[in-house]
Amino acid sequence: MTMTSPQVAAPTGEATPAGRTTRRTSRRASRRSWAGWWFIGPFMAVFALVFLAPIVYSIYLSVFRNQLIGGTAFVGLDNYARALGDAQFWSALGRVSLFLAVQVPVMLFIALVVALALDSGRLYGRSFFRISVFLPYAVPAVVATLMWGFMYGTRFGLVGNINQAFGLNLPSPLSSELVLASIGNIVTWEFIGYNMLIFYSALTVIPKSLYEAAEIDGAGQLRVITAIKLPAIRGAIVVASIFSVIGSFQLFNEPSILKSLSPNTISTYFTPNLYAFSLSFSGQQYNYSATVAIIMGLITMAIAYAVQVRGMRKER
Amino acid sequence: MSVQTAARHGSAGASSPARFRTTLRPPRTRRRSRRSVALTLLMGLVLLYSLAPLFWLLVNATKTQDGLLNSFGLWFDADFALGDNIARTATYDGGIFLRWFANTVLYVVLGAGGATFLAVLGGYALAKFDFPGRKAVFAVVIGAVAIPGTALAVPTFLMFSQMGLTNTPWAVIIPSLISPFGLYLMWTFASEAIPTEIMESARIDGASEARTFFQVCLPLLTPGIVTVLLFTMVATWNNYFLPLIMLKNPDWYPLTLGLNAWNAQAATAGGEAIFNLVITGSLLTILPLIAAFLLLQRYWQSGLSAGSVKE
Repeated sequence: MTMTSPQVAAPTGEATPAGRTTRRTSRRASRRSWAGWWFIGPFMAVFALVFLAPIVYSIYLSVFRNQLIGGTAFVGLDNYARALGDAQFWSALGRVSLFLAVQVPVMLFIALVVALALDSGRLYGRSFFRISVFLPYAVPAVVATLMWGFMYGTRFGLVGNINQAFGLNLPSPLSSELVLASIGNIVTWEFIGYNMLIFYSALTVIPKSLYEAAEIDGAGQLRVITAIKLPAIRGAIVVASIFSVIGSFQLFNEPSILKSLSPNTISTYFTPNLYAFSLSFSGQQYNYSATVAIIMGLITMAIAYAVQVRGMRKER
Repeated sequence: MSVQTAARHGSAGASSPARFRTTLRPPRTRRRSRRSVALTLLMGLVLLYSLAPLFWLLVNATKTQDGLLNSFGLWFDADFALGDNIARTATYDGGIFLRWFANTVLYVVLGAGGATFLAVLGGYALAKFDFPGRKAVFAVVIGAVAIPGTALAVPTFLMFSQMGLTNTPWAVIIPSLISPFGLYLMWTFASEAIPTEIMESARIDGASEARTFFQVCLPLLTPGIVTVLLFTMVATWNNYFLPLIMLKNPDWYPLTLGLNAWNAQAATAGGEAIFNLVITGSLLTILPLIAAFLLLQRYWQSGLSAGSVKE
């Protein structure tokens, strides 16, 4: 949950963060002085400790190797070369890429439809809908995964109930063919509401005069959506997409927790993150683990950046 | 609050108050109210999807371990054991669940509270001061946000381990103190909520920077602060990866790690299956956050609209 790159596109010194022009005068006191550091200083001090130092340390770790004989040795880019030829790493990366390609569009589409429905004002019980769809976001990934994991169970879960009641033989959602889709379902459930809120918040600030103009021109609901609403919230869609890209590539909690309910279908290299975790904490291969994490970080940043560039270019 | 609303949403005009008072509808929709049953039913499917698992959790928290295995998942069993389950959850293994609950509260109060405090101060500085290095701060923070948290996990663990912090509450609290999202939200919020003229007149009256901030500006930031607090609370209350790495001693576990340990217990040789306690514990874990979101609805919804997501 972090606000990322789209804002980089805005000229940082001059525009207001939200890119608005109307209240520029009240942006900040004009005096240029060190006084601001009294306020930003504490944040930056902790930030340096928990963000900057680990990044530097991580890079340092990735160019060494811990050998049984001779201790830690400088190996240059050997760890990176090893990762690029590591079938387990590629299999993990392939899995999260598939996840990204399927789960993210489904989730964002549903979230967008719900947001548009809420915004259309044609829904009964709008605020009930809004808060209810958002609620799963407040549920910890651990609880969400346990809940769904129990329901997935063919023995005493809901799937088992359905099989029993209707004499069916539905396949287990935790089987190796379906487990990735089952995880996708859990993640979708957790984050539809969050993304819906991002879209909905952006929709609510569209100037109403635009709708009135459209009404005068005789535009229907669908036309209003495609011609006014979607272009107006493009920025929010880009933000939500970037969050989802980062989230997909970082997939860890759900498979890691589901592993205890279904130990045979989720490997130690199911996702890149799970792989890096296993390397560190089961294998003590800290140097190689740091390398895998850095590569994933670079790939994530590259894709997030590409999404941003593409999303913003279309705007013109 | 409505005064600030008007100030912040100069361009959004008449629609702004609607976002604050959810019971009021913007004039637009009231005027041409054509509510659709079909659309409501369609959205009802999403609603069902969102709420059904929570209903399942509620129903199954009332069942015994046997009832879990032998009754239909989406309805109550004849044997209503919610009270019993809660009592057993609280007392199982020497009351460790209550200890986890207390740990979680500790991490949330210090972690989320601290993160909000730092974000409010920092966002205020970015919004209202022109200081040397301001652009650099912005670039570094935004750049770092794109780095996956897990890329930081291993080196952070190794660093903390050398500092002797692992397996202590500090290992969970200190990394929770940074919320780039919170900083960003407070920055956007502060730039719109605090008129510079107010700060200038406070200075002319001889108020120090600290006094200007705490007495003049802080009250104006309340909806933003509540929003950031809620989101950092969710992040720390639901935190799993960080404590998983940092903590070995179950006495320092937060609820998330504890529940996972209880669940994993059934899979270990000779471990007692206590799924009813896992489920009841899960229900108890999510209640405080759901309550917070419901009670503070109008704050966080307005704070979010005003801040992050507007382009």
